[in-house]
Amino acid sequence: MDTHILLVDDEADFVETLTKRFRIRKIPVAAAGSGAEALKLLEEQEFDVVILDVRMPGMGGMELLRLIRAKYPLTEVIMLTGHASLETGMQGMSMGAYDYVLKPADFDELLDKVRRAAERKALNVRAQSGN
Amino acid sequence: MIEGSGYTKLRIKMILTTLGFSLIPLLILGFTIYRQFEAAHTAKIVQHLNHITENKRRTIDLFLNERLSQLMAIAYTHKLEYFLESGTLERVFTLMQARSKYYIDLGIIDQDGNHVMYTGPYQAIRTANYKDQEWFDQVQAKGFYISDVFMGRRNYPHFIIAVSRRDGDRNWILRATIDSDIFDSLVQSDQLGANGDAFLLNSESILQSKPRFGAKLLGKMDLGSYARFPGVRTESITVDGKPYLFGLTWLENKNWMLAIRDDPAEELTPLAHTRSTVWIILAGGFLLIAGGTILTSNTILSQLLESEREKASLNASLTQSSKMASLGKMAAGVAHEINNPLAIIKEQAGWMRDLLGEEDIKASPNFKEFADSITKIEFHVTRAKDVTHRLLGFARRMDPVHDDVNINEVILQTITFLQNEARYRAIEIDTNLQKDLPYVASDPAQLQQVCLNIIDNAIDAIGKDGNIHVATMAVHDPDEVIITIKDSGPGIPKEKLDKIFDPFFTTKKVGEGTGLGLTISFSIIQKLGGRLKVESEEGHGATFIISLPMH
Repeated sequence: MDTHILLVDDEADFVETLTKRFRIRKIPVAAAGSGAEALKLLEEQEFDVVILDVRMPGMGGMELLRLIRAKYPLTEVIMLTGHASLETGMQGMSMGAYDYVLKPADFDELLDKVRRAAERKALNVRAQSGN
Repeated sequence: MIEGSGYTKLRIKMILTTLGFSLIPLLILGFTIYRQFEAAHTAKIVQHLNHITENKRRTIDLFLNERLSQLMAIAYTHKLEYFLESGTLERVFTLMQARSKYYIDLGIIDQDGNHVMYTGPYQAIRTANYKDQEWFDQVQAKGFYISDVFMGRRNYPHFIIAVSRRDGDRNWILRATIDSDIFDSLVQSDQLGANGDAFLLNSESILQSKPRFGAKLLGKMDLGSYARFPGVRTESITVDGKPYLFGLTWLENKNWMLAIRDDPAEELTPLAHTRSTVWIILAGGFLLIAGGTILTSNTILSQLLESEREKASLNASLTQSSKMASLGKMAAGVAHEINNPLAIIKEQAGWMRDLLGEEDIKASPNFKEFADSITKIEFHVTRAKDVTHRLLGFARRMDPVHDDVNINEVILQTITFLQNEARYRAIEIDTNLQKDLPYVASDPAQLQQVCLNIIDNAIDAIGKDGNIHVATMAVHDPDEVIITIKDSGPGIPKEKLDKIFDPFFTTKKVGEGTGLGLTISFSIIQKLGGRLKVESEEGHGATFIISLPMH
């Protein structure tokens, strides 16, 4: 898969391991420990899917989601939420997130959602360029 | 709960205080009234006694005066010679006796003390000489003399009245003897009552008249010694150990004291009656007051106990609620904190599994062990995850969310969930949502659940080919937001209309519905402070109306 993924989570161990798991499957992935870091990376590279944790100190996940959807509308966002609140999930969806996954996440489920998000991005890109 | 000793003391205090405040005035009243009555009664008796005593005295004085006047008239209208004629005295005496039967005899005594004339039954008297007698000097000095009652030579209780006259150079005395019985009849009368008494006493307390009770005539009746006083005096004197009320007065013409003793029964009986009446009333009053007090204080105390109990149970349930609320919050926090480490563990195990996929590790003898361990780690992480998710779900349910809800948004979202289903069944869902509908403080998830339930029901009711209208609007007074969901289904018959919110009531086939959807929806809306109603007519669809308070 040629999808470029950006992981955003303040839990270092989590991000590290998740990165390794994506890389061993030959999926290019970058990691950010905060919303600010993520925005910086987004400026430098193009990402297809962003996976972000809803609960982060500083700029929260929802705020980051809003900024990403505003600045990079083609980039899909998948939310990770640890406190399993339906409201957050649905709120995120209404703000344009592709989907949400409850922590602790099933990696295969996450992978599947990433694939489909990437597909949608690809479709949108093609639609935009007038095909 | 503070039962027992605390309340016993309070009860006793209450009862004693009320009794005190009720009884003391009652007692004071009873006592005062009794005293007043006693005083008035006694005053009346004393007045009556004074009255009788005065009257009697006047009568006796009048009697003595008249006798004296009579004798004086006789003595001063004739000369001594007239009386010395034979038969004259007898004639005069007969005249006197005609009017007054108490005259016993009449006699003339000369200045030497000799009886010169006599008429009467005691002829032996004729030889008597009175020169040495005290009265002889007195009558000559004063001009008249009234004696005490005595037995004398006649051996018969009597008294004498004597007048003296100076006739030129001679003195002579006209003396009459009077039966003392007259005093008895003068002194005693019906006025005294059944047990009253009256008598005359001389200055040595010797009875001059016969009393009804006690001593005999000429016996001694000691009422104490009294110097001569004017008017009537009322005294309480003890005679033979018993106290009596006496009216005392001195005669004007003689040194005798008239004593009238009041009928003790007459005096005491009304007082005794009053006293017993007062006691009965007091006793009755006391019983009433005591009864009333005990009843009232018991009632008050039991109500107090009841409210204490209620308060205690209210406190308990309040404590319980707040405990549960904080437990809920704690549970959410705990679950949350556990989920993150769990996620990491899961990823670590997953990573290890990924690495096991590498060729060189597969050759290792412990490969199977690694694989199994990782599987087990993942399994138990999942198990822990289930627990935390359940806990979070529980916590969420306990913590009522009060968000500002955009109802229109919630409805639109709900409709998107059901859009596919509706389209598949050719059911059109259209909306008429009030623009700028005010936000409502409520729980969006629960509201969505209710709307979902109702619209889903509508879809099922229509089956195929129909439409559902969803409308929102804000009303005022009371400030509410109304959501109406109208379907073009078959409607609900009247007999089923009031059962529709009952639990387990369903018109669907077995397995197709639990019959709980509307029940839960109803209770959710109620808990949110609103109302859920349904209006329907068979054949004309059904309209569900949700009203939610704005504040």
